[in-house]
Amino acid sequence: MGLKGERVETTRPGSDTKPPESVFTTTLDKMVRWARAGSLWPLPFGTACCAIEFMSVVSSHYDLARFGAEVVRFSPRQSDMMIVAGTVVDKQAPILKLIYEQMCSPKWVISMGVCASSGGFYRAYHVMQGIDEIVPVDVYVPGCPPTPEGLIYAIMKLQEKIERGEPSHYQVVLDREAAEARERKLARV
Amino acid sequence: MAEFVLENLRRRFGDALQRVSDDHGDLTVWIGRDRVHEMLVHCKRDPELDFCFCMDVTAVDYLSLGGDPRFAVVYHLYSLKTGKRIRVKTGVPEDDPVVDTAVDVWKATDWFEREVYDMFGIRFEGHPNMKRILCHRDFQGHALRKDYPADLRWKLLRPDDLLDEISTEEMQRIRARVSHPISE
Ligand code: SF4
Repeated sequence: MGLKGERVETTRPGSDTKPPESVFTTTLDKMVRWARAGSLWPLPFGTACCAIEFMSVVSSHYDLARFGAEVVRFSPRQSDMMIVAGTVVDKQAPILKLIYEQMCSPKWVISMGVCASSGGFYRAYHVMQGIDEIVPVDVYVPGCPPTPEGLIYAIMKLQEKIERGEPSHYQVVLDREAAEARERKLARV
Repeated sequence: MAEFVLENLRRRFGDALQRVSDDHGDLTVWIGRDRVHEMLVHCKRDPELDFCFCMDVTAVDYLSLGGDPRFAVVYHLYSLKTGKRIRVKTGVPEDDPVVDTAVDVWKATDWFEREVYDMFGIRFEGHPNMKRILCHRDFQGHALRKDYPADLRWKLLRPDDLLDEISTEEMQRIRARVSHPISE
């Protein structure tokens, strides 16, 4: 999973029968990113049919455990990857926002299915036209519902993003807001 | 098919039945707003009719059909004893959209009537909790009226109380109840 180190051969003084020990050198930052990408804890925000597809992704047939993301948590405080799977109506919006804000940073959001991503075919009076109206989204998964492979691909994309050290969209929004606040302050001086 | 039902209603309400149709055994009667409650009570209490089950309360907006009055409230009743169904309709004008509640007849109409209020803006006089049920607190207008723009949305910023129809005492009772044998 992206950890590349060099193999250092060591021999102990006085003994050449022991097998050589393996040593990897890397940076702490890279190590942390590797660990984060390999241990995403999903929080399912399942509101409709897409959540059923999510269930098949985490269960034995598709086995999300292969990607280190099988520890599904129903407490936002114990998870770092929110998967919004389903139609989010306006009445649900503040609940989604509240749960999202209770998650500890660093955190990522996957918008699963067209309902969560753009409202889908619910172009109507009661459905949010994409959850990015209220929470920053890292990966969108198209489909109605997306195939399990689609969601797995999204999680792999997210892992790549984390390993590259890119900030989550949440961080991008925070940074932008901080920069704007700084500018406003400078403008006042 | 349901002749005895119609005869029974004719005997009791006579000319107050504004319109009757019985297409394919689908009995529908129209009655004035002032007597609809009386009719519902009769449908339920009369031993011959015995419409014990109110399956749905809904409404129709006849705006694009030029209906006068504009709305109709529709009650779908079913009798478990005789196996008959009846549809009771009553016209409701736009400038005074009020009908007597049927909660005192069938308790189940509570949420149906709230839904009709939410979607069509028709209020039910005497309902114990006449407020929206599907749309949120900050929603304005009534979404199933024909003149409501289909994709006009209203944003909600703070969570709506989803359990507010449960009284505080009832809520405490629910909380106090042991929910799992292990915690006993
Ligand atoms: S995208 Fe399709 S499958 Fe997913 S919640 Fe919407 S309607 Fe259901």
